[in-house]
Formats: sequence, C-alpha cells, structure tokens
Amino acid sequence: MSSLLAAGEGTGFEAPDPIETFWQPLWGGNSQFALTRPMVMAVFSVILLSVWLLVSTRKMALVPGKAQFVTESVYGMVRNGLGRDILGSKDFLRFVPLLFTMFMLILTNNLFGIIPPIQYPTMSRFGFPLALALIVFVVYHVVGIRSMGLGGYFRHMVPAGLPKAIVPLIFFLELLTYFVTRPVTLALRLFGNMFAGHILLVLCVVGGEHLLFGDTGIALKGTGVLVFLGGFVMTLFEGFVQFLQAYVFTLLTALYIAGSLATDEH
Amino acid sequence: MYGSLAIVGYGLSAIGPGIGVGLIFAAYVSGVARQPEARGILQPIAILGFALAEALAIFGIALAFVFAGTNPN
Repeated sequence: MSSLLAAGEGTGFEAPDPIETFWQPLWGGNSQFALTRPMVMAVFSVILLSVWLLVSTRKMALVPGKAQFVTESVYGMVRNGLGRDILGSKDFLRFVPLLFTMFMLILTNNLFGIIPPIQYPTMSRFGFPLALALIVFVVYHVVGIRSMGLGGYFRHMVPAGLPKAIVPLIFFLELLTYFVTRPVTLALRLFGNMFAGHILLVLCVVGGEHLLFGDTGIALKGTGVLVFLGGFVMTLFEGFVQFLQAYVFTLLTALYIAGSLATDEH
Repeated sequence: MYGSLAIVGYGLSAIGPGIGVGLIFAAYVSGVARQPEARGILQPIAILGFALAEALAIFGIALAFVFAGTNPN
C-alpha cells in the first residue's frame, strides 16, 4: 500500500499496520514463546490491583476514606447491581468473588489503553479475553451440571411446553448457543472493542501527525488539527467504552451463571 | 489506490447492529421518560440488548480482518 501511494500520489503516508501495532515482543524475538508487552502488563495489572485492594481495605472505617470509598462503591455495584439482582439473593454470594475479579481485572487492563505511559489495552490481544471467556465457560457448565445433573442440564436447555416436532431443532440451536456462541461472542466482543478502539486511536494520532508535519499543503495541515482533536475526543469515548465492556462482560457472566442456576423455572 | 473489499463488507454489516442499538436505546429512553423510577431495572436490560446487538458488528470487524487478504504488491 505504502509503495503504491508513494509512487502514485506522493503523500507517503503509511497507515498503521494491525500486526506491527499489536505485536510487541519484549524478549525472545519473533518466536511463539516471546515475552510480549501485554503479558507484562497483565502481570502488572494483577500486582497493581492486589496492592490497591490491600491498601484501600487495610484500615476499614465506618466512615470510609477516599480509597475505601472507591473500592466499596465498585464492590457494591458488582455485588448488588450484578450479583444480587441477577443471580438472586439466595446463592449469589459464592459468585461475587468471580464477578468482582473479572470486573476489576478487565477494567484495569482496558483502561491501560488510554493511560499515557502504557496506552495499549491488554485485551486487544485475543488470548487474554479468550482465557477469561473459557473460565466463564467452564464455570457456568459446572454450575449447571451440579445444580441440575447432567441430564437435567441438557433438558433445561429446551423450554418446556414446545411442540414435539421442533424440540430437536431448538435443542440443536441451544447446544450451539451454550457451547459455541456464548464463549466465542464473550471473547470476541471484548477483543473486538479493544482492538478496534486502539487501532482507531493509533490511526487518529499517526494520521494527524502526518497531516500536520508531513509534506502536505496548508489545507491538509488544517485537517490535521481536526484529526488530532478527533483523536482526543475518541480517547475520552474509548474510556467510556472500556468501562462499558468490563461491565458488559461481568453482566453476561452473571447472566450465564444465572441461566445455569435456574432450576425452579420449569 | 489499494484497499480491501472486506472493509466495505464491514461497513455494510455495521448497518444492522447500528439500527438495532439505536432501537434498543430509544426504547430505554422512552421507558425511563415514562417511568423514571424504573431506571435501575431497565439499565441492565438495555445494556444487555446493546451487547447482544453489538456482537454482530464485532463479528463483522473480526471477519473483515480475517478476509482482508494480503497486499498484492
């Protein structure tokens, strides 16, 4: 692309390449076992979260300080808004650790995408959301089989009261939903949002830089300013999307588990 | 000029989810306008619907990159 553009129009702009943008090995070169930047960031996020949660809950007070207040409000949102309201007040408590961990981990790793010295959302490498989605996949199947038994679990996938003729079809579709669609969409949604958002920001900044400082005319330099401003606005929007995606992932985790817990519905 | 038709495909595939997300939030807004105290109940439902509709657009962007192919040059 670059050579053709350079030869044909003389602009010389090279659009950011998805592979070069996201593949950032730190150690081990180009091999499959290279230590990459998102790996280091994932470990860093775990350390950061552990330290933050330990420090903010070390001296618990009845009237919370700032740190305790932040932690408590996030915990309260996940526990009550996602856990209790969706899973039901009877047995939501044993899933709160999972939900809270998911939310905090995803939120921190997503926000790395707009925090200046890092600016790389960990979840824009597909492996990370895939691992989280597989954890959720195992959890809701195990919960379902434990609460209804293996046969009961497969029976519960088909809603009661359907005409006999379409039961096999619905069963097949539900099997597909439970074993393929759910984990794939869960992982792809988080990955796609982070990937697309990050590449959009990179494009805004790289393109704006080229329009402003490359060999372009005065009119294009004006658009460069607009592109930079657009990049700034998109950064704020990305922050919102990153929070929303962490929330959505946790919400769907809770919903899938709730679907496996529901025994009295039929 | 060189480009990939897959990106045009992604643009087309984003129309449907775009309309869907718009309808979902329109319903959410009118629901909250009619009954402001139902906001807490409606919000997770609206976000769930948004997430499910948006998944289609995300499939689109993933497939656009999968089928984008390589530069002929």
